[in-house]
Amino acid sequence: MNSLLELALVLSLVAAACALPGVFLVLRRAAMTSDAIGHVLLFGIVLAYFVTRDLDSPWLLVGATAAGLLAVGLVEALTQSRRLRSDAALGVVFSSLFAAGVLLVSVSVKNVHLDVDAVLLGQPEMATEPRWHLGGMQLAPVVVMAGVLLLNGLLTTLFFKELKLSTFDPELAAVLGFRPVGLHYGLMAVVAITAVAAFDAVGPVLVVGFFVVPAAAAYLLTNRLAMMVLLAMGGGVVGAIGGTVLADTLNTTTAGAVATTLGLLFALTFLVAPERGLIAQWRLRHRQRQNFEELMLTVHLLQHEGMPEEAEESRYSNLAAHLAWPPAQVDAVVRRAERRGLIVRSGEQLQLTAAGRTWAQSVLHRDTTFP
Amino acid sequence: MNWAEVILERLNSSAVREPALATALLGLTAGSIGALAVLRRQSLLGDAVAHAALPGVAVAFLVGARTPLGLIVGGAVAGWLAMRVVTLITSQSRLAFDTALAGVLAVFFGAGLVLFTYIQRNVPGAALTPLERYLYGQAAFLRSDDLALIAAFTTIALSTVVLFWKEFAAVSFDPAFAASIGLPVRRMEGALTTLLVAAVVMGLKAVGVVLMTTLLIAPGVAARQWSNRLGWVVFWAGVFGATAGLGGTWAAHLASFELTRGRSIPTGPTIVLAATGWVAVSLLLGPARGWLWSKRQMKSARSQPHTANPP
Repeated sequence: MNSLLELALVLSLVAAACALPGVFLVLRRAAMTSDAIGHVLLFGIVLAYFVTRDLDSPWLLVGATAAGLLAVGLVEALTQSRRLRSDAALGVVFSSLFAAGVLLVSVSVKNVHLDVDAVLLGQPEMATEPRWHLGGMQLAPVVVMAGVLLLNGLLTTLFFKELKLSTFDPELAAVLGFRPVGLHYGLMAVVAITAVAAFDAVGPVLVVGFFVVPAAAAYLLTNRLAMMVLLAMGGGVVGAIGGTVLADTLNTTTAGAVATTLGLLFALTFLVAPERGLIAQWRLRHRQRQNFEELMLTVHLLQHEGMPEEAEESRYSNLAAHLAWPPAQVDAVVRRAERRGLIVRSGEQLQLTAAGRTWAQSVLHRDTTFP
Repeated sequence: MNWAEVILERLNSSAVREPALATALLGLTAGSIGALAVLRRQSLLGDAVAHAALPGVAVAFLVGARTPLGLIVGGAVAGWLAMRVVTLITSQSRLAFDTALAGVLAVFFGAGLVLFTYIQRNVPGAALTPLERYLYGQAAFLRSDDLALIAAFTTIALSTVVLFWKEFAAVSFDPAFAASIGLPVRRMEGALTTLLVAAVVMGLKAVGVVLMTTLLIAPGVAARQWSNRLGWVVFWAGVFGATAGLGGTWAAHLASFELTRGRSIPTGPTIVLAATGWVAVSLLLGPARGWLWSKRQMKSARSQPHTANPP
C-alpha cells in the first residue's frame, strides 16, 4: 500500500476512535482530563518497560492504562480531601507523573525507540511500522487502531443509554442504579487505551486535539447525541485526511498538521454553524433589533392615532427628534415598515395600516396584562 | 576532599550558578503569580498558554526576531491570543471552559510543531533553539542575557503585585465587591492574566512547555496549606517556587554527573518533582489545612465535653 495512503488511514482510524469517547469528555466537561491521561501514559509505559524489558510488549499498554486510571483516581482523592480544587489537583498530578516519566526515560532507557522527543511529539512517520506484537505475531498499526476503533464503537453502542443518562443527569442515573462512578472510570479507561494506542502516531499532547476538537465542533451542530457522535467521527476523519495532505505539501510533521486542520475545521464550524455559529447569532441579533425598531415605530404611531397632535407626531421629519433616532435610521426603519405593509406614507405623513395597528395593539395589550 | 566538598564545588561552578539563580527567580515569580491564579480557578490556564506559545516562538523566528527577547515576545503574543480565543469560545458558544482550553491547547501546539518542523527542514541554516529545549526545558543553556531578562521581569512582576496588592486581592476574592467599590475589574484581571502569560513564556526555556504548569500551580497549592491569609499564601508560594527552582536545577546537575556519566538530565522534570515534593509535604504537615493538623484538631474537638448551648 502507498505509504501516504496508509498514514492517512491510520490517522483516520485514530481520529474516529478518539471521537467516540471524546464526545462524552466534552459533554461531561472533562476535556482536560484527557490531557492529563495522555501525559501520565508515559509514566506507565516506562514502569512497564522496567518490568518487561521489552518495548513492544502489549504489557506496556496495560501499564499505561493502569497509570492513567491511577492518575484519575489520585485527582479524585485529592479533590475530595478538599484541600485543593480539581483543576489544581489535575495540574499537579499529571505534570509530576509526566516529569517522573521523562526523568526515568532520560536516566535509564538508552538508545531505544523511547527517546525523549518521540515521547512528546509522536512519530507519525513511524506510525505505519509494526510496533506491537502478540505471541510472536507482528501487529500492524492499522490493525491495532482498527481494533481500538471497533472496541470503542462496541462499548459506545452497548452502553449508549447508560452513558447518555449519566452524562446529562448523573443524579437520576445514580438513583436508577446505573453506577455513574463505575461508568466514569470505564470511560477514562477507554480514553487511556485509545490514547496509548495512538501514542506512537500522535503523542500525548495532540491526542487531546483528536479527542476534543471534532466533538466540540459537532456539539455546535446538533442537539442529538447519536448525531453528535457521528459528526465528530466524520469531522475527525476529514481532519486526518486533510492534515496528511497538508503535511505532505509543506514537508512537515503530520500529527501537527492534522491538529491544525482540526482547528481550522472547528473555526469554520464556529463561524458558519446554522443556529449556533457566530454569523448565525449575529444575523439573529440583527434581525431582532430591526424587528424591535419597526415595532417601536408602529407603537409610536398608534399612541398618537386620533389625537389632536397626530399630524405633528406622525410627520416623517419629526420622527428623528421624537424617537431619538439618527435621521438615517429613521429612513431605514420607515422604508422597512413600508415594505412589510405596516405603514403607508403619503408625502410627510405616516399612517398605520390595519396590519400595523393590530401588531402594535397586540404588543401593548400584552404589556397591560403584565403591568 | 570529602563528598560534601565535591558537591559544593560542583554547585559553585559558573556553569551552575547562573542557571540556578535564573530558575530560582523564575520559581519566585511563577509561584507568587500562580498562587493568585490558583485562587481564581485558573490553574490550567497556564498549561494552555505554555503550549500555545510555541507557534508564536516559531513565527518570531521566521520573521527574523531571533534574540531571546524577540522569541519571548512572539510566544507571549501567541499565548495571549490563545487566551482571547478561549474567552471568545466560552462566551459565544455553549462549550465549557475546559473544552475550549483543551482544544486551543492542542491546536496551537500542533500548529507550533508544524512551524518548528517546517523551519528545521526547509529554512536553510536555521539554527533554531532545539525544539526539545522548549518542550522539556534545559536551564543549563540559560545564558547571562536570559538571566538579565528574567531578573528584569521578576522585578517588574513582583513590584506590580506589591503595588496593586489590595486591588488584586479584592478582584481575586470577590470580583463583584471589587466592581462595586469602583475598581476596574476587567482591567485588573487583564493585568493578572498578562503577568501569568509573561511568567509562563519566561519559563519555557528553563522548565519547558509541559512542566511550566507545575511551577505555577504547585507552589500555590502547597502554600495554601500553610496559611489562610492571602499575603502569606503568596509569600510562601514564592519561597516554595524559588527553592524548587534552585533545588531542581542542582539536583539535575548533580544527577547528570552521578547517574548518567555526563549525559545531561533535563532540569524541567527535577524542578517539577521538587515542587511536587513541597505539595506532598504541605498536604501532610501544613499548619493551616494539612492532614496531620486537621487530624489533631478533630481529636481535640472530640475530647471537648459536649455542650448543647455553647456560651
